[in-house]
Amino acid sequence: MENMSGSKALMKALEKEGVKEVFGLPGGANLPMYDELYKSNIRHILVRHEQSAAHMADGFGRVSRKAGVCFATSGPGATNIITGLATAQADSAPMIAVTGQVPVKMIGRDAFQESDIIGISNPIVKYAFQPREASEIPEVVKKGFYIAETGRPGAVLIDIPKDVQQNEAEMSFPDEVRIRGYHPWTDPDVLETERAIDLLLSAQRPIILAGGGVIISTAFSELQSLAEMLMIPVVTTFKGKGAFPENHVLSLGPIGMHGHAEANKLMVEADCVLAIGTRFSDRSVGTFEEFEKNLKIIHMDVDPAEIGKNQTTHVAVVGDVKASLRIMVKLLIKRALKKSDDNVWIKHVNEVRDYWRQNLKIHPGEMGAAKILRKLREVLPKEAIVTTEVGQHQMWASLFFDVIHPGTFFSSTGLGTMGWGFPAAIGAKTARPDVPVVDIAGDGSFNMTENSLATSVLENLPVIVFLVNNYSLGMVAQWQRTFYDRRMIGVDQKNCPDYVKLAESYGAQGIRAQSLDELGKAIKAGLKSDVATVIDIPIDPEEDVLPFVAPGTSLKDMILPS
Amino acid sequence: MWAILSILVENKPGVLFKVTNLFRARNFNIDSISVGITENPEFSRMTITTYGDEKQIQQIVKQLDKMIDTIEVKRLDEHKTVYREVVLFKIKVSKAADSMEINKLANAYGAKVHDAKKDSIMVELTATPDQISAFEELVKPFGILEIARTGIAALQRSGV
Repeated sequence: MENMSGSKALMKALEKEGVKEVFGLPGGANLPMYDELYKSNIRHILVRHEQSAAHMADGFGRVSRKAGVCFATSGPGATNIITGLATAQADSAPMIAVTGQVPVKMIGRDAFQESDIIGISNPIVKYAFQPREASEIPEVVKKGFYIAETGRPGAVLIDIPKDVQQNEAEMSFPDEVRIRGYHPWTDPDVLETERAIDLLLSAQRPIILAGGGVIISTAFSELQSLAEMLMIPVVTTFKGKGAFPENHVLSLGPIGMHGHAEANKLMVEADCVLAIGTRFSDRSVGTFEEFEKNLKIIHMDVDPAEIGKNQTTHVAVVGDVKASLRIMVKLLIKRALKKSDDNVWIKHVNEVRDYWRQNLKIHPGEMGAAKILRKLREVLPKEAIVTTEVGQHQMWASLFFDVIHPGTFFSSTGLGTMGWGFPAAIGAKTARPDVPVVDIAGDGSFNMTENSLATSVLENLPVIVFLVNNYSLGMVAQWQRTFYDRRMIGVDQKNCPDYVKLAESYGAQGIRAQSLDELGKAIKAGLKSDVATVIDIPIDPEEDVLPFVAPGTSLKDMILPS
Repeated sequence: MWAILSILVENKPGVLFKVTNLFRARNFNIDSISVGITENPEFSRMTITTYGDEKQIQQIVKQLDKMIDTIEVKRLDEHKTVYREVVLFKIKVSKAADSMEINKLANAYGAKVHDAKKDSIMVELTATPDQISAFEELVKPFGILEIARTGIAALQRSGV
């Protein structure tokens, strides 16, 4: 037991969790925390808007698989992180947000900069704490990390009233916590796993659908072993992109609204799917009823509430997917079963894949989306980490940027938060300063958090912004062209700002690339740069993302480029 | 399909809000709800009745189970469960004979009569929702002035 203030206990508890950096912005109600942060060994990374702090913590968490931490003050500081919490929670990313709150006695009196952040955040966090006594802080922090990082990871909020930060108390720091209503781990049921194998082996046209859960649990080698042992082709969800090397012979790429043609075509032909760590999002599967028609579904997931939520499941294996896949591989070795690639289905899969890889029409211009993204892949080292913003560029990245090293591609896939990619890239760079980090961006999204350039430059966290610039909110423009008879409204950004000058004004490097040759050089310059590099890549504003499965339709109704 | 859910939760502020917010956010309906402390003061028991198809009710149970503040979620089989609700009816008395008639009905349903006044009478009935509906139909002609219901409390019978 040691006597100290709540704020000091907070720093000590964070240090005990191994926290080395926090992303944040100070204000009236979290000044006591910041005063202790000043005295601690934790590095503070100053943002220009609290939303970016939350996205940085999220990006840090996805890459390091340890909860990233952000600080914000009460009231508007706290409400500004709401989008960040919702984004992390929607994509099961471990994250801790610590907010200041007005003193306990002022709560409920509409005090200056008071917001009921516990009430506001409830539906979009995994859990929220509001310690009312300073002595609760060590245990709350320990529980917060435990909840954020275990089972299906998520966002945790710790809201600390100012007097609780200031008050002194006898503190004891637990090494372990138990929460009686929280059981993050279930051991996978071996019998169910046996049933899953039987079903998979009895299928004529089996397919594996890998979701984000494979990346979260780093089940890459297990997935690869399984696919290779059984010679089953692998499609992914968009969140699962890069769960399986996309240059592998069995890889078909992501399915879904903007899935690869071959992936969508073969997904609807399959008679049995082994779905691993996915929640069957509507963006991945189209209409639920159509997807499950004539399809036997084996579902592996750590979250029992996902079983049967969107799809009727024939066999369910609940548990960490890495553990489940390990059991599956072991059982297969025991059965001494190995399938050859000499079967009708695999031959057909190869034909369909080869056809679409050769014949999918792409934009004819030199700076067409496919060409610029393939250029990025060509120049970028395979271990580089890539984040994306949200919009057309994101879907082009899904289509044309192959992820070779599993677990190096991250995107706001669930909430679809524009402005996520750049701060998330800075968070990723904080976690992995040893590898290049690139944000594949669009101009619309980049506008939302571009002031993070200040953080990138001043905190020495150089990342590359690969800015696919069509001077518009391109995805919305595409929908207006496709579904609203070209009645274009609210989508034209009119080439404002000048992104080269914008970058330079922050002390970053700005390069405009108008040919593939210039683009290659710009990427190389970015890789060598000590400061952030914004590569402005003007493209044809009329280019659509294709293939396209229109919302409310099924994967078989995919629209192909004509 | 009607379902009775018995949910053991942490007895602390905000848990009722989280449970009801979950129903709202996930597009489920609450038909009735009652909450009270249990034999262990650390826990409260919520009894929620809801409507939905089999798939929806399974989802509700799973989502409630996933909540960190829930200790145990049970879906009770109504045939193996004692479930009751308390209702207070304030019924209009127009003539002297009404009062006798209402008293008779109350007796038949094992209800208690309180606050018998010249122009109104209050009846307390503890019964199942079906019995309550039946009683309500019978007293409706007199004129129901006010109703207050507690929501259902339910416990599974032992040894079933």
